[in-house]
Parts: sequence; structure tokens; C-alpha cells
Amino acid sequence: MHDGKAVAAIVGSGNIGTDLLAKLRRSGNVEVRYMVGVDPESDGLARAAELGVRTSAEGVDWLLSQPEVPDLVFEATSAKAHAANAPRYADAGIQAVDLTPAALGPFTCPVVNISDQLDAPNVNMITCGGQATIPIVHAVSRVTPVPYAEIVASVSSRSAGPGTRANIDEFTETTAHGTETVGGADSGKAIIIINPVEPPMIMRDTVFCAIDPAADRDAITDSIRRMVRDVQEYVPGYTLKAEPQYDDPRPGWGDRARVAVFLEVAGNGDYLPTYAGNLDIMTAAASQVGEQLASKIIDKDTAVRV
Amino acid sequence: MSMWDDVERDVRIVDTTLRDGSHAMAHQFTEQHVRDTVRALDSSGVSLIEVTHGDGLGGSTFNYGFSLVDEKQLISAAVEEASGATIAVLLLPGLGTVTDLRAAADLGAGAVRIATHCTEADVSIQHFQAARDLGLETVGFLMLSHMSSPEDLAKQARIMADAGCQCVYVVDSAGALVLEDASDRVAALVDELGTDAQVGYHGHQNLSFGVANSVLCYRAGARQIDGSLVALGAGAGNSPTEVLAATFDRIGARTGVDKDGLMDAAENVVKPFITRLPVMDRSSIVQGYAGVYSSFLLHAERAAERYGVPAHEILYRCGERRYVGGQEDMIIDIALEILAEREPATAATP
Repeated sequence: MHDGKAVAAIVGSGNIGTDLLAKLRRSGNVEVRYMVGVDPESDGLARAAELGVRTSAEGVDWLLSQPEVPDLVFEATSAKAHAANAPRYADAGIQAVDLTPAALGPFTCPVVNISDQLDAPNVNMITCGGQATIPIVHAVSRVTPVPYAEIVASVSSRSAGPGTRANIDEFTETTAHGTETVGGADSGKAIIIINPVEPPMIMRDTVFCAIDPAADRDAITDSIRRMVRDVQEYVPGYTLKAEPQYDDPRPGWGDRARVAVFLEVAGNGDYLPTYAGNLDIMTAAASQVGEQLASKIIDKDTAVRV
Repeated sequence: MSMWDDVERDVRIVDTTLRDGSHAMAHQFTEQHVRDTVRALDSSGVSLIEVTHGDGLGGSTFNYGFSLVDEKQLISAAVEEASGATIAVLLLPGLGTVTDLRAAADLGAGAVRIATHCTEADVSIQHFQAARDLGLETVGFLMLSHMSSPEDLAKQARIMADAGCQCVYVVDSAGALVLEDASDRVAALVDELGTDAQVGYHGHQNLSFGVANSVLCYRAGARQIDGSLVALGAGAGNSPTEVLAATFDRIGARTGVDKDGLMDAAENVVKPFITRLPVMDRSSIVQGYAGVYSSFLLHAERAAERYGVPAHEILYRCGERRYVGGQEDMIIDIALEILAEREPATAATP
């Protein structure tokens, strides 16, 4: 704690870490004091240092040797790195927000379940496609049972980094799992498409949910609209491209109707380009989670002092 | 050459009736369709037969259409019926996974064709590695090849070959390549790959060039050529397997297949169960012209009917926006957009 804010570190000084820093600089609850990388020539570290953040290319060893270790750490490295670092954060009493696919802690989506996880030592941000679509699955499942949810995420080729490309199965499997455990669908399926068109396409997501033919469609649409407004609190470029579309059961749908939701996710353009809504929604959601966790940390601290 | 079995052949005809044809059948193949077709292809000497949902393993979805019969059941049936032929499955990274591939291998599939958009080959590396570990024959599909230059395509082919792919295909998913457009791409791949991997060609009939392109691609060095019986495939269909067999025989290229057996299979096995014969109609011609992924056809027709807008207009816009394979969801989006433009006063705004 420092001046009423939770002290945070960002581990990973690449595109994600740099964009996250830009977002957290606007936070009322989080002060990013440290940024840690592995490459002393990193542009991300240089930018952070210019902003007065204490930086080091000497990894987590350096971070944990600081006189005041942070309350919160945001991990923007890789699943492997996070798996190695996570126990060390836990031993030091640092709460971790994991932007990698390591998935050591519970899946977190700020508009769905963060309030249940404020005391979790480690929370995982699922995937970009998950952050974009799981709120909608939840918006439907809080109104009517969703036996099956399917999401299609289309991202620009330029925004699909080497990690995603090397392990694209991790995206599809983790996102599908998230539509179930966080979105509330009985079973989930996720698809990712990488499109190289120039100028780059803005991230698009389509969410299909199987629903009872007699479900209250107005209530579902209303729930979706409320959810979109909630996500817009931290991703202003998160929009419905069309009205939710309802289709009556067709052969092969197991007597279920379908709602289809068409989303566009434009980024805020903080450091990452606007079309990379898939990356932006991760940093924006992580920032939002950080805000909530920090708020709890501040409350605890205040309670102790009183 | 006889790399795959003991049969002497100059070019290998690969049949995809039971995979690309799945699109034209709206994924309604029955186990009997599969058994009868595999038996006929196998007895005619076809050495590689692809059987999967049209969009590959795991393709049975809202976005692409649900399979009438679980593809695992269809793959098992195909494996049972094939005495000489290998059964191949299709896998699109981003949709199907290594887990799906393992399941298919356990059922007896002996080959996998791994398909990416023509500029995104690096997403397939983990799948090729897994396929080789499973002992599968490996083929790479560079889809919508018309969207890349021959030089760029060759670089992507190199990525697949280095990952363990044994044959990289120039895949004309939109049926947009006209003669040298196809053979120049094959030549570039042959030049790049040398003896590291073979080169193949997969054609569509949207502009009617499937067979002609196949002949030119063979002359440019392609050694595996795709066809479907009665052309059963997405868009206006694929190069008809029975026509490829007759044509290659006519030009003296040995295929090792029985052209008369394949004509019989087309006439008496496949044609009777086809619900809609592949045809070069307005929508499929637009697909070839505008470079649209062939499997968008039925989805565009369905959206056209649902929203009362013309399918060919939807498809033109898909081409303009350069949507790639798998973006079928955008068809509904475009239909709604056209509808909103037509009825600005009544269209709902989000």
C-alpha cells in the first residue's frame, strides 16, 4: 500500500504489459511501481522507466528483493514462466492476476464472477476470446438454461502473436471450458479464425447459444444489452453489430432454438492498435480485475488501521 | 512414382467426396453413404479417401452445420470398408484440435490433411508434429491460395514442410484460379520444396476450371490431385474424380485407378443419394469470380431465404471484405447489413 493505493508490478514488458501499464496509470486504486522484463533493450521497459516506473531486466528475483514487494502482480509473460513464478508470488503474499494461459487460479471475467474471487491468491484471465464472449453466454444463461454455447472469434493476423499461433488448441480448449465454467453453458465450443486482410480487421465475435424455443426472447435481449453496457465500462469499443438474432429449431438442433449475438471489439488504442480488440480486452479486463482486487486490499488495510 | 504403395503411378488421385461433399450435402451423410462410397473408391484403386465433416474434425457446429451422423462413426465405417485405401481426415487448426486428431487416429484414420488460410501456416505446426508422432501420413492445405502470390505461397509451404508435412496443396477453395494462376503456384511450391515434400492441387468448379487446372498443375509438378465423385463438393463442386481419371488416362499419365470403376461409382453409388447436384449457378460463379470460400454457398442461400436478400449479393460482399474460411458467421452479419440498407426506416438499430 502507498498513498491509499495498492502497489503493483507488471511482469512482462512486451505489447501486453506495455498496454496494461497505460491502462493502470488511469487507475484510482492501483499504483504500478515496478515493471520487470528479461531484455534490457526492451522498448517496454524504456517506456515504463520514462513514466517513472522502477524497471529491471533481471526478472522476478529482482522484484522479490525490493524493500517493499507489491500487493499485486500482473503476469504478462508466458504460461511456462507463470507456472514457475506463481509459487514465489504466493510465498511472498502477492496476489497474482495471470494473463497467460497457465490457468493455475480460477477463471475470472470481471463482469461475471470477480466478486467471488477477491481473496483468491491467483486469478486467470482465460483468453481474449473468452473475455469477449463469456459475458454474453452468461447474459443468456442468467435468463434461461444454455445447454450449448458456441463462440467464433475472428482476429486480425497482425494481432495473433507467436504464443497463440504455436498453441492455438490452447485457445479453443480454454475458451470452450470458460463458456461452461464461467459462462454457464452445459457444454461449450470455441473457434478462432485468423484473417490477414489489410487494413487489419477489428476483432469480431459471434456467440451462438442453444435455448428453449419458449424462452423469453425479450428478457434475453434485455440481459444481453445490459451486459454489453457493463463490459463497455472497461472496453468502450465493445459493441453489438446487430440485434440479437433468434432462430426457431432446425433439423439437427435437437429441438432447440438459437440466439446469435454479433459483437465487434475495438481496442482503446492505448499502446496496441485499435483493431487489436482481442489484445485490448485482455489488458482492459485485467486492469478491471486489478481495480477490484486493489479495492479489497485497500479496504483491508483501512480496517487494520482503524 | 510409387511413394504411397506398390502401384506405379505418375499422379495420385485423392478423393474427397466424403469430406468436401459434406458441404453440398449439408453434412447429412449417412453411414450407408460412406460405406458404399468407400467400397466403390477402394475397389477402383483410389489410395487416399478423405472422410470428415466438411469443415474438418470438430466441424459439427451451429456455425458450419451439425452432422447428421457423428463423424467418428463415419470414419470408423470408412476404415472398415477400405481394404487398400488409407482413410484421411481434415483438420482446421482453430476449430479441430490435436485431441480430435488422436481420436481419429485411434479409429484407424491413416492420414491427416491440415488446412490453414494461405498466409497462416504457422498455426499448423503443433498439429503436424502431433500427426507425425501418431505415425499419420501428413498433407497440408493452403486454403484460398488465390489470395497469395506464388512466392508468398511457397514460403508458407516451406513452414508446413519443415513442420513435418509430406505434401503441400495449392487449395483453390474459391475456384478462383484460372489455368496459369494455378500452375504457377504449383511450380513455385515444387521449386521451394524440391524433394522435401510433394505438391498437390485441390480444385473447385465455380469457374469450371477444376479439371483443366488439374492437368496444368500435374504438368507443373503436382503429384496429388483432389477430386470428388459427381463433383460433389462445396460451391459448384470439386473436379470430378471420374473425369480426372478419364482425362489423366487420355493424356497418358498413370493414376493407378480404374476410370470405368469410378464412372460406375459416380453414376450408381453417389448420384442416387445426392440431394442437390453441384451446379455452376449465379451464386457459385460469383464465388469463383469474387474469390469466396466455396462452403459459404449454402450458408449464404440460407441467410438469403431467412432475411429476403440475394445470396449472390451477400457473396460479393464476402469477397470484397476478404473473409476467409471459417467466417461463416459473417454471412448473417452481411445479410442483416443489406437488409438494414434496404429498409433503413424499419431496421432495428443496436
